[in-house]
Amino acid sequence: MPASAGLKLQFSEVEKRYGMRLALRGINITIAAGECVALVGHNGSGKTTLLKIAAQLTRPSRGKIAFYSGENLVSLEEVKSQVGMVGHHTLLYEELTAEENLIFFAKLFGLADPAQKARQALEPVGLASRASDLVRTFSRGMRQRLSIARALLASPGLLLLDEAGTGLDPEGQQWLAASIRRLRDSGCTILMSTHGRNETQTAVTRAIRLEAGKITHDSGAAGDPKKILVMAAVRENGEEGEA
Amino acid sequence: MTLARATGVILAKELRTEFRSRELLGTTVVFVLIVIVLFSFTFNPTSTESRRFGPGLLWLAFLFAGSLMLQSSFLREQTNDTLAALRLAPIDPFSILAGKMAANFLFLLLVEVILLPVFAVLYNIAILPVLGQLLLVLTLGTIGLAATGTVFSAVAAQARLRELLLPLLLLPVLAPVLIASTEATIGVLRDPAELSLVWLTFLACFDVVFLTAAWMVGEYLLEE
Repeated sequence: MPASAGLKLQFSEVEKRYGMRLALRGINITIAAGECVALVGHNGSGKTTLLKIAAQLTRPSRGKIAFYSGENLVSLEEVKSQVGMVGHHTLLYEELTAEENLIFFAKLFGLADPAQKARQALEPVGLASRASDLVRTFSRGMRQRLSIARALLASPGLLLLDEAGTGLDPEGQQWLAASIRRLRDSGCTILMSTHGRNETQTAVTRAIRLEAGKITHDSGAAGDPKKILVMAAVRENGEEGEA
Repeated sequence: MTLARATGVILAKELRTEFRSRELLGTTVVFVLIVIVLFSFTFNPTSTESRRFGPGLLWLAFLFAGSLMLQSSFLREQTNDTLAALRLAPIDPFSILAGKMAANFLFLLLVEVILLPVFAVLYNIAILPVLGQLLLVLTLGTIGLAATGTVFSAVAAQARLRELLLPLLLLPVLAPVLIASTEATIGVLRDPAELSLVWLTFLACFDVVFLTAAWMVGEYLLEE
C-alpha cells in the first residue's frame, strides 16, 4: 500500500530541447491519480525524457508540469518524497551490499527505522538471503529486482518505470506485473515506458503512443489501451523483422 | 531532511565505498609519493633551498593529488546513474555536493598527513615544532582544494573529454589557493616560524566564497 495517495500529473505544453534536437513537443496530458499509463514508441520517441521530466531529473525547455494530491497543488519539493523511479540504469551502488543500498536510500528519504525498511523491502523481491552480498556480485535480473525494491522503498504515490522489465526472466516479469497491479489497485499512479508485448502491460489502464516527441495516440482514461499496445508491438516487430 | 543530516548520510556512504575498495586512496598516495621523491631527486635542494622551494613543491604535489582524486568523485556516480538516484531523493541538492566535498576533504587530508613525514625527511625540514600551524594551513588550503575540485568534478563529469577537462578547469581556479597556501607554508617553515594572518585570511575567504557559490548554484550544477 502506498503511504501517500496517488498523485495527479498535468503536463501543459511541455517541450524539451537538447541542443538543436526537440525531444518532446507540445505535450498536453493529464494523468489522474491511480492510473497506470504505458508510454509506447520507438527508441528516441521521447518516452524517457517524459519520465525524467515527471521525476524532476530534467526541466522542460518550455511548458510546465504540475502535481496534485486530490485537488490540491503539491509543490515540486514535496513531490520528491512521493516519487519512485526505476530507470534504464539500476541506480544502485555496486560497492555496497543490497541491504546497505536500501538503508542508504531509506535514510535519504527520511524513513523511520531504515534497517527494518530495507529488510522488509528485500523480502518481496526475493533477495532477503542475499542482503549482505555486494551488488556487483548480482546478476542483471537480481539488480533489476533490487532497483525495483529501491523505487518502492518509500511507498511512492507516483511510480515511474523506464522499461523496468529489462533483464527480468519470465517469472520476474510476472512478479513485476503483479506488483504493478497491486500498486495500481492501492491508488498509486504509475507511468511506465514499455517495448513490444510483455507481462507488465497486463496492468495498464491507459496507453499513450509517442512519435518524434509528439503524442500521436492516447487511449484516454476510459478507453481500451490494448489497441495502442498491440499496434506499437506490431510496428516494433515489423521493423525488427525488416532489419 | 535537514541539509546537515543528508550531508552526513552521503559522507558516510562515500567513506564506506572508498574504504571498502581503497582504490582511490591507494593510487593517490603512491602517485604523490612518486612526485615528491622525483622532485627531491631532480632538485636535490640544500636545507635553505628546501625551506624556500619545498612548500611550493609540496602544494604542487597536493594539487596533483587533488586533480587525480577528485576526478572520480562524480565519475563513479555515472556507472549506474546513481547521481540520478541521489537527485530523486527529497534532499537539498547542495547536500550531495557538501557530502562529497567533506569526503574529498578527508581523503586529501589523509593523503597529506601520510605525505608530510616523507616530505620532512626528503627535504630535511623539521615539521614537528610547527605541526599545529602547518595543520591549520593544510586544513584551510585543503578545504579550498576539495570544495573547488568537487564542484568542477560535477561540471566535468557531464562533459565529453571529462578526464582532460577537470585539470583544465581546476588548475587556473586553484592558482590563488596554491599561492596562498604556499606562502603561508613558507612562513610556517621559516626560522623563526611566522604564521601569516594575511594568507590565512585569504584562504579562509576563498573557502567561504567558494562554498557559498556552490550552495547557491548547486542545484543547477547537478542537472543534466
